[in-house]
Amino acid sequence: MALQSIKNLKEFSTANERFEGAHLLCPGCAHSMIVRELMNATDDNLVIASATGCLEVCTAVYPYTSWDTSWIHIGFENAASAASGAEAMYKARKRKGTLKDPDAPVKFVAFGGDGATYDIGFQWLSGAVERGHDFTYICLDNENYANTGGQRSSSTPIGAHTSTAQAGRVSYGKKQKKKDMVAIMAAHGAPYVAQLAPNKWKIMAKGFQKALETEGPCFINTVSACTTEWKFNPKDTIHITDLATDTLMFPIYEIINGTELNILYRPKNVIPVEEYLAAQGRYKHLFKPENRHVIDRIQKEINEKWEYLQRREEAKV
Amino acid sequence: MAEKMQLNEVEVWDGNYAAAQALRQAQVDVVAAYPITPSTPIVETYGAFVANGYIDGEYVMVESEHGAMSTCVGAAAAGGRVATATSSQGYMLMVEVLYQASGMRLPIVLNVVNRALASPLNVRGDHGDMYLGRDSGWVQLDAFNAQEAYDLNLCAFKIGEDINVRLPVMVHQDGFVTSHTAQNIHPLSDDEAYAFVGDYKPVEEMLDFSKPVTYGAQTEEDWHYEHKAKQHRALMDSYTVIDRVFDEFEKKTGRKYKRLETYMMEDAEVAILALGSTVETSILAAKQLREEEGIKAGVVAPRCIRPFPFEELRESLAGLKCVAALDRSCPMGAMGALYNETCGALATIPADQRPMVTNFIYGLGGRDFSVEEAKRIFREQKANADVGYITTPVQQFSGLRGPKLGFYEMKRS
Repeated sequence: MALQSIKNLKEFSTANERFEGAHLLCPGCAHSMIVRELMNATDDNLVIASATGCLEVCTAVYPYTSWDTSWIHIGFENAASAASGAEAMYKARKRKGTLKDPDAPVKFVAFGGDGATYDIGFQWLSGAVERGHDFTYICLDNENYANTGGQRSSSTPIGAHTSTAQAGRVSYGKKQKKKDMVAIMAAHGAPYVAQLAPNKWKIMAKGFQKALETEGPCFINTVSACTTEWKFNPKDTIHITDLATDTLMFPIYEIINGTELNILYRPKNVIPVEEYLAAQGRYKHLFKPENRHVIDRIQKEINEKWEYLQRREEAKV
Repeated sequence: MAEKMQLNEVEVWDGNYAAAQALRQAQVDVVAAYPITPSTPIVETYGAFVANGYIDGEYVMVESEHGAMSTCVGAAAAGGRVATATSSQGYMLMVEVLYQASGMRLPIVLNVVNRALASPLNVRGDHGDMYLGRDSGWVQLDAFNAQEAYDLNLCAFKIGEDINVRLPVMVHQDGFVTSHTAQNIHPLSDDEAYAFVGDYKPVEEMLDFSKPVTYGAQTEEDWHYEHKAKQHRALMDSYTVIDRVFDEFEKKTGRKYKRLETYMMEDAEVAILALGSTVETSILAAKQLREEEGIKAGVVAPRCIRPFPFEELRESLAGLKCVAALDRSCPMGAMGALYNETCGALATIPADQRPMVTNFIYGLGGRDFSVEEAKRIFREQKANADVGYITTPVQQFSGLRGPKLGFYEMKRS
């Protein structure tokens, strides 16, 4: 389905039902919104590989499945390999003429959480992108190992409280910066890399379409607000995501062929990061006077990153 | 369209090249691989076949063995013929995915060229890695020489892809001894080989969009037990298909394979139980002893490591006096794997028909195993048989420098 034909969000979100309801994801989880958007952004057949994680364990519990499309899960780390294998088989069988419907359009997609993407599955993702398989990897980035109860990942931002990077009397939570996965994947030379958010649904759907239509390996980091571990009211998912994009904690941008950077969303009024932090339980401790320096550091790093992105966009490098 | 290869009636190939030729002739759709000594030449040769147009498949050189097997699983679920090769540490890295491949009932063929496990690092052949995937639900076949590596690869596709099996299959061969030693091989022509293996008929494939399929779902205690029991049953029952495929192969080539190979066992008094290239060494020793010393020696060798030929083993050993189970891997704190399997099989026959079983650990890290050593083991069994109880240590390290290490001095009173 071409996005131009979509008149409104309701029509868009209900046009295609390949991701069925009755899954076990938490109320307010952004994962299902992102998956549905991906599926509604295309009419092509989809072969989906899922890494172990919330999305996988909540959508394919035998004998039920939420996936009305080809779907495979192997392990925590190897969704990118599963997608590459399926894609390689597609090419081989298309050449040999053994496909049931050789003309059916098909796209290969892999989903992983930030644990599966930034940490344990990094090697497999890197390998698959380097080899140039024609697939799109979508990271559902909720900045922690939510499926095992909220441990820190290398995507967890500085200052966040997690079950393994705890805020306490002498600790302000995670000490290390978030890994810049978008830059790393762009440096692989992937033809299309982007960071997108489900609140900006039109931009996201367009980004998905671009990735699916681009030949070669594409990587998309999507902000996926986690009501359980970020600690906010389930009804506020989109509100929190709005704050994430409007404070520029999650800038929305794309990088084409590893160089051409385009900012896809510029907030009219950039909001101070305090508002984003204050809306979530995981940052509560930062508002003690002794932790003020962490908030200042987060704001400073956001400003620097935004400056950097704008300069790169302008310079077209 | 792949170009055919003209092969002579007799070719001089090593075990690795023989395996690669079988993969080519089976027209594998996807080979995902990562190099490791001594299995590397299999994927190198396959790569050369691709580069020269002798195979029309996808050759995916991945970033690790774990990635190789993961890619194989994705490819197999997409409904085509898939194979790879590995050894030792690489096999270890694959083990997680071996369980997933068999749990999803995907007929992948994996060539395992057996090699020692670190530490210390050692690239030479032993069976340290053979048992890593033992409980992973794969059919495991063992080739004793290069000809068998070729033959069993062709059989492996036919066995694994059978609708009644649908399980992945491993073909083992000994590192360097088999994989790197040139031997005379009688190959089939490309047409004959492919006619034997047949077209791949996928079931529940991910690229049939009229019928979406979910692979690798999650189960809890409500279903997991049933899934695993069913998988076990499928593997145990696969022997009927294995027998049938071996029969068909014999009709085509005259080369007969059995799940348990026996040599000179009709009138044997003592026997060696072995795997891999040691089988041929032991046969030679048995022949010489029969001629020179009149010892009625025989050799028993499981062709199938999984499903294990319990019944055949029981039948072939019942009534024997003494048997030595040879393990080319160190069990670390227990008796050897082959010893344990053998004792397990024998435990179900009456005590007066049960032979005494001793365990020899040998050839670790590629240490040579000679005909003389096999003869010595036979003679020891004969001595035990003559007195009627085990006078030697029940577990011994054969060919080890320094004082002999003997454990478990169990004697029959």
